[in-house]
Amino acid sequence: MQYLSRLPLVLPPTVLGFYLLVLMGPNGALGRLTAELGLGTLPFTFAGLVVASVLYSLPFVVQPLQATFTSIGEQPLEAAATLRASPLDIFFSVVVPMAKPGFLTAFILGFTHTVGEFGVVLMVGGNIPDKTRVVSMQIYNHVEALEYGEAHQLAGILLLFSFTVLLLLYTVLKTYPIVHQAFK
Amino acid sequence: MSTRRSNNTSLPISPSFQVQFELDYGAFQLAVDLSLPGTGVTVLFGHSGSGKTTLLRCIAGLYRAPKGYLEINGNVWQDSEKGLFVPTYKRALGYVFQEANLFPHLTVTGNLQYGLKRIDKPSNSSVEQILELLGIGHLLDRLPHNLSGGERQRVAIARALALNPEVLLMDEPLASLDFKRKQEILPFLGRLHRDLNIPVLYVTHSQQEVAQLADYLVILADGRVLSSGSLSDTLSRLDVPLAQEKEAATVWDVTVAEHEVDYHLTSVAFAGGTLSLPTINAEIGTSLRVLIYARDVSIVLEKPITTSILNVLTATITGIVDDQCGRSVVQLKVDKQLLLAHITSKSAQLLELNIGMTVYVQIKGTSILH
Repeated sequence: MQYLSRLPLVLPPTVLGFYLLVLMGPNGALGRLTAELGLGTLPFTFAGLVVASVLYSLPFVVQPLQATFTSIGEQPLEAAATLRASPLDIFFSVVVPMAKPGFLTAFILGFTHTVGEFGVVLMVGGNIPDKTRVVSMQIYNHVEALEYGEAHQLAGILLLFSFTVLLLLYTVLKTYPIVHQAFK
Repeated sequence: MSTRRSNNTSLPISPSFQVQFELDYGAFQLAVDLSLPGTGVTVLFGHSGSGKTTLLRCIAGLYRAPKGYLEINGNVWQDSEKGLFVPTYKRALGYVFQEANLFPHLTVTGNLQYGLKRIDKPSNSSVEQILELLGIGHLLDRLPHNLSGGERQRVAIARALALNPEVLLMDEPLASLDFKRKQEILPFLGRLHRDLNIPVLYVTHSQQEVAQLADYLVILADGRVLSSGSLSDTLSRLDVPLAQEKEAATVWDVTVAEHEVDYHLTSVAFAGGTLSLPTINAEIGTSLRVLIYARDVSIVLEKPITTSILNVLTATITGIVDDQCGRSVVQLKVDKQLLLAHITSKSAQLLELNIGMTVYVQIKGTSILH
């Protein structure tokens, strides 16, 4: 399961997109299931894009979460148990607050990774205007049409966005004593 | 200890711990069957790998021994025959870990409140007493990473005590601290010992901590109990390796009897007489614990009249062991108090020492513990 969730890290996005396209298509297992359920098929729809992006960005979310949970270790959980906290109570009162930096990192990495996605989106979404066309694809279209000015604009916005997010991430992370201690 | 209030008489069952565990980790086996006093400080002593921490974790429920029976002052926490196992969070205990193990995301107050929020009837008066006792009142708003190691450990002790537990379990609370920090905390532990009426199970491999804190001593080795009994009995037992060690010592509980200001001396009284010690800054009647190293005790057959040593006592020999390396360990009784003496095997032979003989002991030096 752990290796499976990391597969998108090394798999070429187009390959993942291709398999998803086949799987979710009218003859694929997932496609048949969604059709049976009366949801139609997912390729070339926004819903299909969401499903594909979740899978594609999964490792970027799972990895930081797993790292945080591991770094918390058994000790605080044991301390909490000796202080009368039940297992569920421990999860919400110790694990979640201590894992906050991990949740934040996971959220931001997952989000930015999805924004910049191209291969999978092209395969599954098909670059349909107003339906499945995303920013990165719009840039590609502009370049194809030799509209460098527009491409510059969009690329600049994405660059600024990515940098701001990174800056925010590290500023916020620094305020957490646990992380602060770990990275000192 | 004579100073501890023993007001547990109102309990229907006389307070005691029944501790039976068996577990097998392959390379390490634990098999323990102990009946411990339900008051005072019981020290679980042993070298690393002796199973003392494992035993403490079994008592806390952090490990679940497949076979076990655990009863703490009338509450059964584990009975494997009946399939009963009370999870840690439902046991009225306090646990102090080797590393303070504070929650890093909470301030000192947050850490102290964590357990208090989860018990039925928190009593604020005792929390204030504990803050005062451990001297952490000025640290309440700090986060753990802004505390020194000693401060952290004091907060951890306060956090455990605040719940007013049935028993306080301490797993080498001083082991991760340097000498200075140890000296900073030991007095607090001594005060805990006197001021709070909570039974303590204390794990350590330090003989100093044993001598200073223990009322009752359990010696563990390879997952088994070597010896279990009151501190003075266990320390002076000849069949336990402690008596053979270079640092072997006995501990006497005494009270301050008189100050000889001119000589800078203080006499302290014990069951069978008095000892003269360098001036102790304490009021007459104060209870103290005195450590007497076996190497500081010598034996003479006739009452020495001309000697520079002040403390000469009449004693009866109750046991002799030769370590086959030129040294004899002699166990003596001064009235009811047991005493150990390390002498050379040659002296033991020349003096023809035998069990039952009445001799005189000269005590060259003592250490005051508290």
